[in-house]
Amino acid sequence: MSLAVQLGVVVGYLLVALAVGLAAYRVAESTAADYYLAGRSLGTVVLLFTTFATLLSAFTFFGGPDLAYAAGPEWILVMGAMDGVLFAVLWYVIGYRQWLIGRAQGYLTLGELLGDRFDSTGLRALVAGVSLLWLFPYVMLQQMGAGEALVGLTDGAVPYWGGAALITVFMVAYVGLAGMRGVAWTDTVQGLFMLSVVWVAVVWVLSSVGGLGAATGAMVEARPDFASLGGGTYTPGFIVSSAITIAFGVTMFPQINQRFFVAGSERVLKRSFALWPVLVLLLFVPAFMLGAWAAGLPIEVPEGANVLPVLLNEYTPGWFAALVIAGAMAAMMSSSDSMLLSGSSYLTRDLYRPLVDPAASERREAWVARVGVALFATLAFLASLTRPGTLIEVGDTAFSGFALLAPPVILALYWRGATTWGMVAGIVVPQVAYLLLVLVPALPRSYAGWDYALALMVLAAALTVAVSVATTASPTADPRRVGLGAD
Amino acid sequence: MADQNRDFVWIPTFAVLIVFAVPWFLWGVDRVVAGLPVWVWWHVGWMCLCAVLFARFARGAWNRGMRVDFGPTADGTDAEAFDRDDARADGGERA
Repeated sequence: MSLAVQLGVVVGYLLVALAVGLAAYRVAESTAADYYLAGRSLGTVVLLFTTFATLLSAFTFFGGPDLAYAAGPEWILVMGAMDGVLFAVLWYVIGYRQWLIGRAQGYLTLGELLGDRFDSTGLRALVAGVSLLWLFPYVMLQQMGAGEALVGLTDGAVPYWGGAALITVFMVAYVGLAGMRGVAWTDTVQGLFMLSVVWVAVVWVLSSVGGLGAATGAMVEARPDFASLGGGTYTPGFIVSSAITIAFGVTMFPQINQRFFVAGSERVLKRSFALWPVLVLLLFVPAFMLGAWAAGLPIEVPEGANVLPVLLNEYTPGWFAALVIAGAMAAMMSSSDSMLLSGSSYLTRDLYRPLVDPAASERREAWVARVGVALFATLAFLASLTRPGTLIEVGDTAFSGFALLAPPVILALYWRGATTWGMVAGIVVPQVAYLLLVLVPALPRSYAGWDYALALMVLAAALTVAVSVATTASPTADPRRVGLGAD
Repeated sequence: MADQNRDFVWIPTFAVLIVFAVPWFLWGVDRVVAGLPVWVWWHVGWMCLCAVLFARFARGAWNRGMRVDFGPTADGTDAEAFDRDDARADGGERA
């Protein structure tokens, strides 16, 4: 398969995604609620797939199979526990409550909700600032994933920086054009597409290696430890801390948290809730088993490439491998543009307008949003060129940073007694401590597989409660604004 | 009251669903059944069980623990009125 055809398929797919975004743009109204939240009108299928495709980033799609290839298929269980069950429960506990509050009060961002509850612009800016800080490595992760994907597909003919640059250009263009409705529409197309191609890939690979039993047999022969649950990387500490930090972290991602506001009705949320574990099952088992099976197959994964493109190139026709990579890149793009879209709403609504220019015109705000997105994506691109770790490592760092926000936020949503200072202490202290752990290489990040972020989450909750009890609520704060009326 | 007691069953139910999403009792087991490690089959069954129980929760106990009450608002409407509107709005799903 020639390089031209491979690149043609990839770029062609990205252009189709862009066209869907443009179509959505044409039906959109020019209000902030419509641009950022698609008018709070999404139905079950679109909500399910936009949330799913947003989760389905480079981390899931390439990082997961890579980890299964290197350490065994237990990642299926970690992602099942975290994504299939824990995230679904948190979607109800945090997301459904935010949806109820957001619809009654018209909030567009988490910072806006919290800022209004505590009548504190500072808290609003703090939440937005912390979110943007951790969004940075996660955008970077998408660029790294795209770069590695094209290296794997083209056997190094397209350099790493080329793939990373390609996706950067597309995502900036996309966010500038489409808004939430466009993002949600393309997510739906891409989610369905990815789900189908993964299964086609499984059938293709299995039929060329002689079936399910033969593939697993070869895997066990090459890596006897793969069939056994646990062992190696997968200590109980690693499994529990990954599942908890990722699930809580995901709820605080700007692009996921903002999706909590967009359901059209309660019925949509109920259906999505029940269908969620099935979707997780249908995608993760085949995707991660492909990675694990590859360990028993005679393939050579070049340094810095992902296992999935290499495997597909070997066992499926070139055009199909290119199509899967295109789909995966589109999935990364759909995660990235959601991130940048939500990031830009945090930047303009929670930072720029309240702190810099309260009288800014809509046009000026839109301009700030687009310049902000371009700048943010470019800086992340430059940082991604340094390859600071594996996809899983970089993703984990971002997830844990976000996870530390969750305990204070849950308390603010359910507990009348939370005060502004309680929130500030519960957010700032764990964030500073975690940043030190991340930035100072001499400090350990985990103990026997247990991530220190777990302890910091407990600290965040304890500080929020303790400082709230010790301080008095601001007289202008009002828990009724988030539905905490009578006790 | 009986209804409320039944609602509380959901808290331990969710706890069990989360804890045993990883079959800890199969730790170190390496049996391969029907072409996949046996604990992968556990995962398949468990996700299906989750979907069934989530659907039952959504049907029978949805809204538990939420108690959203915005108190009297500036324009004089109360929280109950909001809930009634809510119930009506959920009658039909928008695409």
